[in-house]
Amino acid sequence: MSEAPVVLRLTGITKRFGTLVANDGISLALRQGEVVALLGENGAGKTTLMNILFGHYVADEGTVEAFGQPLPPGHPRAALAAGVGMVHQHFTLADSLTVLENILLGTGSLWRPSLGKGAARARVEALSRDFGLKVHPDARVGSLSVGERQRVEILKALYRDARVLILDEPTAVLTPQETEALFRTLRLAVGRGLSVVFISHKLHEVMGIADRCVVLRHGRVVGEVKTADTDRHALAAMMVGSEVTPPAVAPARPGPVLMRLDRVSGAGLRQVSLDLRAGQIVGLAGVSGNGQAAVSDLISGLIAPAAGAVEIGGRPVGRWTPRQAVAEGIARIPEDRHKTGTIADFTLTENAILEGYRSGFSRAGWMDWRAASDFAKGIIRRYDVRCPGPETRIRLLSGGNMQKLILGRVLEPGPKIILANQPVRGLDIGAIGYVHSRLLQARDAGAAVLLISEDLDEIMGLSNVIHVISEGRLSPGFARGTMTQTDLGLWMAGHGFADAA
Amino acid sequence: MEIFDILLSATFWAAAVRIASPLIFATMGELICERAGVLNLGIEGIMVIGAFCGWMAVYQGADLWGGVGVAMGAGMLFGLLHATLTVPFGLSQHVVGLGVTLLATSTSSFAYRLMLPEVTSPPKIEPFAVWPVPGLSEIPLIGPALFQQTPLTYAAFAVAGLTALVLFRTPLGLALRAAGENPAAVDAQGLSVTGLRMGAVIVGSGLMAVGGAFLTLSAFSSFFFEMVNGRGWICIALVVFGAWKPGKAVLGALLFAAFDALQVRMQQTPLGQAVPYQVFLMMPYILSILALILMSRRAEVPAALMTPFNKGER
Amino acid sequence: MRLEPIANPSALRRAGLPLAALGLTVVTASLLALLAGANPFATLGLIVQGAVGTKFAALETLNRATPLIFTGLAVAVAFRARLWNIGAEAQLYAGAVAAVLLGTGAITGPLTLPVMALAAMLAGALVLLGPVMLKTRFGVDEVVTTLLFNFIMLLLVSYLLEGPLKDPMGMGWPKSAALIKEARLPRIVTGLRLHWGFGLALIAALLVWVIQTRTALGYEMRAVGLNPQAARFAGIPVNAVLVKTALLSGGLAALAGFSEVSGLKGNLTLDLSPGFGYTGIIVAMLALLHPLAVIPSALFVAGIFVGADSMSRAAGVPTYIADMLLAFALLFMVLAILLTKVRVVRG
Repeated sequence: MSEAPVVLRLTGITKRFGTLVANDGISLALRQGEVVALLGENGAGKTTLMNILFGHYVADEGTVEAFGQPLPPGHPRAALAAGVGMVHQHFTLADSLTVLENILLGTGSLWRPSLGKGAARARVEALSRDFGLKVHPDARVGSLSVGERQRVEILKALYRDARVLILDEPTAVLTPQETEALFRTLRLAVGRGLSVVFISHKLHEVMGIADRCVVLRHGRVVGEVKTADTDRHALAAMMVGSEVTPPAVAPARPGPVLMRLDRVSGAGLRQVSLDLRAGQIVGLAGVSGNGQAAVSDLISGLIAPAAGAVEIGGRPVGRWTPRQAVAEGIARIPEDRHKTGTIADFTLTENAILEGYRSGFSRAGWMDWRAASDFAKGIIRRYDVRCPGPETRIRLLSGGNMQKLILGRVLEPGPKIILANQPVRGLDIGAIGYVHSRLLQARDAGAAVLLISEDLDEIMGLSNVIHVISEGRLSPGFARGTMTQTDLGLWMAGHGFADAA
Repeated sequence: MEIFDILLSATFWAAAVRIASPLIFATMGELICERAGVLNLGIEGIMVIGAFCGWMAVYQGADLWGGVGVAMGAGMLFGLLHATLTVPFGLSQHVVGLGVTLLATSTSSFAYRLMLPEVTSPPKIEPFAVWPVPGLSEIPLIGPALFQQTPLTYAAFAVAGLTALVLFRTPLGLALRAAGENPAAVDAQGLSVTGLRMGAVIVGSGLMAVGGAFLTLSAFSSFFFEMVNGRGWICIALVVFGAWKPGKAVLGALLFAAFDALQVRMQQTPLGQAVPYQVFLMMPYILSILALILMSRRAEVPAALMTPFNKGER
Repeated sequence: MRLEPIANPSALRRAGLPLAALGLTVVTASLLALLAGANPFATLGLIVQGAVGTKFAALETLNRATPLIFTGLAVAVAFRARLWNIGAEAQLYAGAVAAVLLGTGAITGPLTLPVMALAAMLAGALVLLGPVMLKTRFGVDEVVTTLLFNFIMLLLVSYLLEGPLKDPMGMGWPKSAALIKEARLPRIVTGLRLHWGFGLALIAALLVWVIQTRTALGYEMRAVGLNPQAARFAGIPVNAVLVKTALLSGGLAALAGFSEVSGLKGNLTLDLSPGFGYTGIIVAMLALLHPLAVIPSALFVAGIFVGADSMSRAAGVPTYIADMLLAFALLFMVLAILLTKVRVVRG
């Protein structure tokens, strides 16, 4: 392996944003036919590094070489032209265009008189056959599943004759079984002489596919090991800087059912029944886009069920709106804290009272700004929100601090029911621990918690009962510790539902 | 009774095609902008500046096609202004569009007064003459309607065909549509979203101006301050009505123009005499609103319309 | 190029850039004057002179500013909630029609003026309600519908003035009968040509400011304008807030019509508004959508119009220079405001 030529070489890459050093002298070499895993927490500098490779950022120091040729900095097409293809974590596909159109986008000159769809279709079909990437070229991307979209992204790279594939967190959105299929594709690719950079923080997957691991922390390379010479624990320790211990989860003492979905349908859900009990965390696992959003919207009050009933404390709810949900004592932590959870140009104070301004902070239509400010100050103190003050615009806060303010906003009234939709996505490890401990605290105080996450580790670590959602159907609840990742993966892929019905 | 007589007359359909022509130019211009993700509310003013510049150029001695060229150039200049402010700077497309409309309109008035300080009524020019297509213009009903028009009308239909061809059959069109659907996808392929969108707005604005020039160079042979009279806003409704597809938008423009031609003729009938003429004049605007309501549920809006793209964010 | 947000813009940046925008507008004015063959300094001087140089000029500017404060407020209120009301012109005429309907003898007594004002506000509110319902029910873009309503409204007024509202004594001119004495807004100071519409405009600005900063409705309107998705999630009834905003905005624009008819003209004609509704957009943008800043902004805009009128007579530069200047000022200002928040970086 070590005799194979180097196809991609990054040397001494340094990139600063103001005082923050995002990349600090990073060097990395990828050989032909090799799979290198790039490991690191959120904020370790992986994304910045890739943005430099693809010319979106210009490095302050260092060089990038592909196949022995230096890439000019700041030219997005240079890496593509040199045969380096990237599959972004957030797919860069246009939903209303077809698979073929998405693949053809940006290939060749813009000024060619014709798209040449016929020849392109034949080539795409050949590629999908050779690499085990099944997808219909004339399907609209908007109608594809997440796994299929990823295949389109890989096809896009292969169509451009990529010799190096870079995949950014490719398995975050896949079932374990889809992940296996992806790995088969990658092995086929490597067998044909391609090289792969695999960015991830899921250690068991890294151990499964990579030949070599490069670990980043705080913008530096802190370790480089052959996968064969290491194990998960050692890698985890390298990644966070110390041995990690998963949070100890005390056994739950489940109480009465506080909220119940009774054969609810609508918005893609099919006869979903779900009990949320006091003092218990229910985890909702599943591949993104299988109905999690609908469950979340339903509990948040954004949508009402088309059929079936929502009951709180044994009574069916009436007119179901977000305001009603808040009034019923539901704490709602939304999936997207930037777009749904906060208003970027509002101050912390204004954001803190978004849900309670009617009841607690105004009288007869007049705002009580003093009370609002006191409330915000209380949250800032008790939830350790790092900020210049309550009158700061929230857009200036980090994701973790933003999430803490949301936590404070919804937990301060002492909710009976908590909806936590992807509560730690994109947070650093400190903030993750904080959010999880707050959820556990609320559980122990008697709240019923619904945790929606695409991260099976998070679900399995925190939940007392796990449901899997697939194509709008909900699996039975599985007690903590009764299912393995593989078992859940089968449910996530839709197996088991027919006989469970 | 009279309605049937009107509908069966060739002059009626010829008028409809004539009325549709400027709308087709401007609607294609707007459609190109919106397909790339930019709402261009400068359209009304750009039509005014096109009408003015085309007419003034011809009045100053340019030939008619020269006038069309000058109008297009002026439109592109205002398109460049709009594009610079809305694309790289990502400013509100609503505010900038209205600003461009105000600027283009007032520039036309200012320049008019500057160049013709003493005139009380605007001078006339010799407009495009009807150019019957040999052979085809002899066909009954269809011939006079479609093939006894001015060259600029034929150009309008050619532009619509070309727009459809480029948008759906070429790599450039694919990139433009992708820029209006998901600019990040375009950016990831190393293409410039900024370049594509600016190009679309500039070319689209050029077409809008030609639409305006049609009014002075082919329809009325003179320039009046109020001559565009909301046609730009109607074209924005036509883009929605046409579901962002050139063919459907042309059909919409023809349908709309037919109604317009019909109402003019209806005013002459006994029924028309009984109804206040303002009701007829309102019809185009009311029809536009109805079209918007009708298509509101079905239309597929370009997903990134009015969403600025800034590389730094993701 | 790329835009990078500035975390804490300096005071110099926040004040300097808008001032620079105004400076650029003045430079543009000079260039336009040169283009017209006039001396730029003399032209600018004549504009200022014409706007505030004499008592008559200053009062004329105040009078011209009155409807602009109302339409500017209407636009500011709506834009703040990201409701694109471009139809202030239609709402203004709706208010004027209501004022004429009631003020030509239909009601009398001491309550005539308040009833007229309320009816005008109601009429304007209703005119905007249509497009807003289309937006909330069908998702129809209100920009185009409010714009189209302007044309429809003007034709409606034209019909009314030639038909039901036509002044029988008008010698065939399309104008309404004159308002009765009790329906006229009195002058603020006897002998000075300035009516109470101006005072009403100032009060309206103050009230709007109070609503925006002190009331729950104001909080809701700002939340909906900044992020409707988050507002809806938090439980703010977005559509209801948009409707309330529309009622307020349409009502304010209609007061411009009421004030012009009742304070200044005394009857309704088709040229009641030389585009006050559209100019309101410029007034609001130059005021950065702040209700109190609408007052100086309207005075500035009115001054340019009045000044340009009188300059044009003296210097021969077309009066349309005023419209051009304001369009430039608008574009410069939105760019300047953006640059107070972001900086342009390469790469």
